[in-house]
Amino acid sequence: MIGVLAAASLLRHRARTALAVAGVAVSAAMVLDMVMLSTGMRESFRSLLERGGFQVRVGPRGAMPFDGEATVGGGAGLLDTLRAIRGITMVAPVLGATLHAPQPGGAVAAFALGVIAGSQGDYVLQEGHEAVADGEVVLNDPMLAAVRRRVGDTLTLATGYDPQLRTFSGGRTLRIAGRVRFRYLAADQRGAALPLATLQAMGGDARRDRLSLVMLRVDPAADVEAIRAGIDAALPRVSALSTATALQQAEQRLSYFRQLAFILGSISLVVGFLLVTTIVTVSVHERVGEIAVMRAIGVSRRHVVQQVVLEGLVLSLAGSAGGLALGLVTARWLDSILATFPGLPESVDFFLFQSIPALAALGMLVLTGLAAGAIPAWRAATLPVAATLRREAVA
Amino acid sequence: MSGGLSGGASGAAAAGEVVLSARDVHRDYQLAGETVHAVRGISLEVRAGDWVALVGPSGCGKSTLLNLLGAIDRPTSGTIAVRGRDIAALRDRDATAFRLRHVGFVFQRFYLMPQLSALENIELPMAEAGVARAERRARARELLAYVGLDARERHRPAELSGGEQQRAAIARALANRPAFLLADEPTGELDAATGAGIIALFARLNAAGTTIVVVTHDGDLARAARRVIHLRDGHVVNEVHA
Repeated sequence: MIGVLAAASLLRHRARTALAVAGVAVSAAMVLDMVMLSTGMRESFRSLLERGGFQVRVGPRGAMPFDGEATVGGGAGLLDTLRAIRGITMVAPVLGATLHAPQPGGAVAAFALGVIAGSQGDYVLQEGHEAVADGEVVLNDPMLAAVRRRVGDTLTLATGYDPQLRTFSGGRTLRIAGRVRFRYLAADQRGAALPLATLQAMGGDARRDRLSLVMLRVDPAADVEAIRAGIDAALPRVSALSTATALQQAEQRLSYFRQLAFILGSISLVVGFLLVTTIVTVSVHERVGEIAVMRAIGVSRRHVVQQVVLEGLVLSLAGSAGGLALGLVTARWLDSILATFPGLPESVDFFLFQSIPALAALGMLVLTGLAAGAIPAWRAATLPVAATLRREAVA
Repeated sequence: MSGGLSGGASGAAAAGEVVLSARDVHRDYQLAGETVHAVRGISLEVRAGDWVALVGPSGCGKSTLLNLLGAIDRPTSGTIAVRGRDIAALRDRDATAFRLRHVGFVFQRFYLMPQLSALENIELPMAEAGVARAERRARARELLAYVGLDARERHRPAELSGGEQQRAAIARALANRPAFLLADEPTGELDAATGAGIIALFARLNAAGTTIVVVTHDGDLARAARRVIHLRDGHVVNEVHA
């Protein structure tokens, strides 16, 4: 009977109830999106780092991977040293550079990676084959489109370009061996990859035997942190960064997002709380006469509280269900907008749905709804019965 | 209307036994910063099978006294006993349980739950008392038949006339077989013809043994009662036996 009364009470003002549910749904969507935002970038970054299967990244000391033009010399010796370390199963060197393709009226620039095919983790082959032999290159779609080439064509690429004189240096004609998608580049960023030795040779003395980064795959049984610390201690020219450390550093950089998400999520919870409290309070206020009569004919305070709290609970449950759908739609929409942010890897998601945090957030909203109903419920249950009936009779 | 009604009052009292007694009851309350002495030292007894009408001018304390007798309100001083049990000192939980099982309330404005059907309104106190669904439904149908509303069980209060609503409210008051019925201006919102029907229903209930205390301005209702107690300024000024 309590459930019947609560349902009937909510259905008495259908439009108001629908608006309240919509309001709670917006609040729930906001909470959900903030939870998705707070975890999305972190998890995306983690997935990005773990995708290649490399657990440690070694780069010039004092620089983040590809942070500026920093490189480390004596690459061959460094690779030999790293290969000799117990527990390292694969060493994947990378040299980063900007290459320029002469085009009518100027040049098309692309970010280029010198890698060793077969041990790289930077791109996924989509057509053709990897750039294995000297003189081969693989390009991504934006670059292929910019230079109007296809797999199998040749393309001249240069490591230097003077825009004043429109002259190129370090140029070489390469054969396009394949079409690839780079993991760490933005969707519209032009990219190329070629054998490490080819890129080092094209760069002349400035890049001879130099490396930007070495990625290491570690035996699952080995202690990644111990290996990282060992490299850091033994090789003063480089610093080693494990995936866990990189994530930790990323988390520090993303703390702004988490704080923002936490504040906005908390505000949404408060808004949801106030909304449910207001609606249930108004509803109780309209029914003080009925509630006083219920109390007069023997309905217990407990059941009055249960009825009113149930109304708040139904509002917050229905709102949370609507908020789940609304939150997922808005997250997808916002993600599509943020994906166009310049320089971000294509595969980074700002909003990531994870069932446990999402349900926990919506659960908190439902609990908030329960608490919101409790205040007017207590007011209803403690109405002075005789005085209320007297006031109602006069009214 | 159908005739009989199964089951007697809760813990049915022998005819003539004192079921309700008030001793030197006072009730003061604050209104706009001033103390109002609504009831000033009233003493009375109601016996099983009685039909008592409390009459008097507005503000004389009739409704306040009725609320005190029904444990809706507490006296400032004095005692109110139901079959010797002091109900003035009951805690809220016990007073609520007492009202549920021993008192039937009828209000001037009927106060049926608007979102429930006539049948569900009558079931409400029984559901609260923990009566099984099938049993309370059968009892509610019996009561609806008794008050002549057996064809209206699915109707909501807004779909019933004033007289029908009051009959449903009386049926609700009888749901848990109370020891007595307290009615506050039960004909106050009804026209004379409809009011006469309610008076006849009270007469039938009283004839069947139901103890009734009614507050009224309605001369016809007062005349139908066995005893008429006149109140003025919170005092009993006169009592007339039919």
